[in-house]
Amino acid sequence: MGLRDNQGPFFGEYGGRFMPESLIAAIDELAAAYEETKTDPVFQAELAELHRSYTGRPSIITEVPRFAEHAGGARIILKREDLNHTGSHKINNVLGQALLTRKIGKKRVIAETGAGQHGVATATAAALFGLECTIFMGEVDTQRQALNVARMRLLGAEVVSVTTGSRTLKDAIHEAYREWVTSVETTNYIFGTAAGPHPFPAMVRDFQKIIGEEARQQVLDLTGRLPDAVAACVGGGSNAIGIFHAFLDDESVRLYGFEAAGDGIDTDRHAASIERGRPGILHGARSYLLQDEDGQTIESHSISAGLDYPGVGPEHAWLADIGRASYLPATDTEAMDALRLLSRTEGIIPAIESAHALAGALKLGRELGPESIILVNLSGRGDKDVATAGAWFDLFDEGATQE
Amino acid sequence: MIHPSVAATISARREAGGGVLVGYLPVGFPDLATSIDAAVALVENGVDMLELGLPYSDPVMDGLVIQEATQAALRGGFRVRDVFTAVEAVRSRVDAPVLVMTYWNPVLQYGVDRFADALVDAGGSGLITPDITPDSAAEWMLTSDRTGLDRVFLAAPSSTDVRLAEAVEASRGFVYAVSTMGITGARQDVDAAARALVARLRSVGAENACVGIGISSAEQVHEVLQYADGAIVGSALVKALADGGVAAVASAASRLATGSTLS
Repeated sequence: MGLRDNQGPFFGEYGGRFMPESLIAAIDELAAAYEETKTDPVFQAELAELHRSYTGRPSIITEVPRFAEHAGGARIILKREDLNHTGSHKINNVLGQALLTRKIGKKRVIAETGAGQHGVATATAAALFGLECTIFMGEVDTQRQALNVARMRLLGAEVVSVTTGSRTLKDAIHEAYREWVTSVETTNYIFGTAAGPHPFPAMVRDFQKIIGEEARQQVLDLTGRLPDAVAACVGGGSNAIGIFHAFLDDESVRLYGFEAAGDGIDTDRHAASIERGRPGILHGARSYLLQDEDGQTIESHSISAGLDYPGVGPEHAWLADIGRASYLPATDTEAMDALRLLSRTEGIIPAIESAHALAGALKLGRELGPESIILVNLSGRGDKDVATAGAWFDLFDEGATQE
Repeated sequence: MIHPSVAATISARREAGGGVLVGYLPVGFPDLATSIDAAVALVENGVDMLELGLPYSDPVMDGLVIQEATQAALRGGFRVRDVFTAVEAVRSRVDAPVLVMTYWNPVLQYGVDRFADALVDAGGSGLITPDITPDSAAEWMLTSDRTGLDRVFLAAPSSTDVRLAEAVEASRGFVYAVSTMGITGARQDVDAAARALVARLRSVGAENACVGIGISSAEQVHEVLQYADGAIVGSALVKALADGGVAAVASAASRLATGSTLS
């Protein structure tokens, strides 16, 4: 059995379904419906058509030689998930789960969001399918990603600002769980990352693995061989598992996930769950987790809201333990420098999340050398991050406001 | 074996023509000493059994009242070991079974065996585990068998008959019947779903079923005990403690207890 064949609920000792009984019926219903879709040609055809005529798949690859000059001359190729409708890879998963929502006959969807990309994608799919939509977002994130809040509302979604706990992604997930328990008969929960209880890690991965399947062939077509390394940022880990999955059984291809190191992994302000966490249970799955001695979750920190999460998907925990993928840190500063570098050398403004993978690729290129080929998942575009980047790089004129 | 046991307390109340009133309070709120005094006051004012909550950073099944109390306890420096201190102190002052209500990760990190042994030493009766189900609790099943601790699993209105049977089979002490599809917090009407759920639990062999979530008045306690073996009150007591300290939680308990003697 290849590494690609793992369908959960466990990935090694990680994963599972550690959930309140009140939600088990809904989760089981979702798992059963999802199993049916795997062999349902109508569902698959419908999803493929949405990818083609709505999202704009396949997304292209772009080789970035001027950026790569700063990476020891390695060839760097970007998988352009930033060009998808709604601006990130999140739409791949959301369309799948929205179709599934329709299949199980529910009229309302809820979702959590960190950076707002998953919330925007969910609100988009809800508009497309005529579903009611409520998005839970931590108050810290509604402030630093205000533009995405407005986008979601424009799309007809209700946005709930979550003021409990650390007021970030993990608390938005709790609030979504609480809402789901209360409204489970009418409501489906569209989970945004490859974490949480089974079936979410396997299902979200399956909806995202199209990234790697396309990119693997595109790199072969462009270069005549497989890449030496694949790099992606890792928060919960959906874009990373999406691009890794097609390569899991290609032994020559090294896989690198870049976790948000915030101010540095030796400070107490980072989100490096695999590097600095230890196994525990959060949000329904066993995986690496930032926690104190008592098992209380430690608040994560990252400049990028989408990576600001103290846990990580269980398949990544497993890939780390068996040594198939390596998980390395990239700090706020490294990510922001890479964001500016790609903007200035290639005319592509990446999301701050994706910039962590770019920062990692710069280091990898210097290690792997000029003949090497590095595929980077450019998981999202940076439009939502212009305010953050403007403040970081001091790009605003003093006193200027936009009317 | 802990005396009086959870099951023995329930059968004694049932034989007397009533049911048990179970009171929940989190350890460490507003501070450790006061939380112990408050728990003791519950028993002195007619609560038959205690459910002491272990404050946790990610309480997904709790409503705002309990969230605010447990997060205050954490900010006040609550440590997991304080639970054993509290159980031991309460048991030394009043003669009522004490269960610990805990999310699973803190137990896992403490070590399931180590946690269970410390709870036995403190005189605790067992655990109520809201975020794991019997099919995900293999280690706890073994440890609770070894130590004789009670294990209370939850049953929900949405549970299938097969899952209800599994919860009944796996539970010891009682089965926690979730009254409604929701999180903790006072509600005006305890859902008719609770009555139906308890009936379903009985039909798959439940001897002891206690109803929790949403119960806040003596009338609701009285109503629930018409068909269930126990009524569990949480948020209403926590709110009383938050608003008026030990004196207020004592009088809240005493009012609730008027509902637990059937007439």
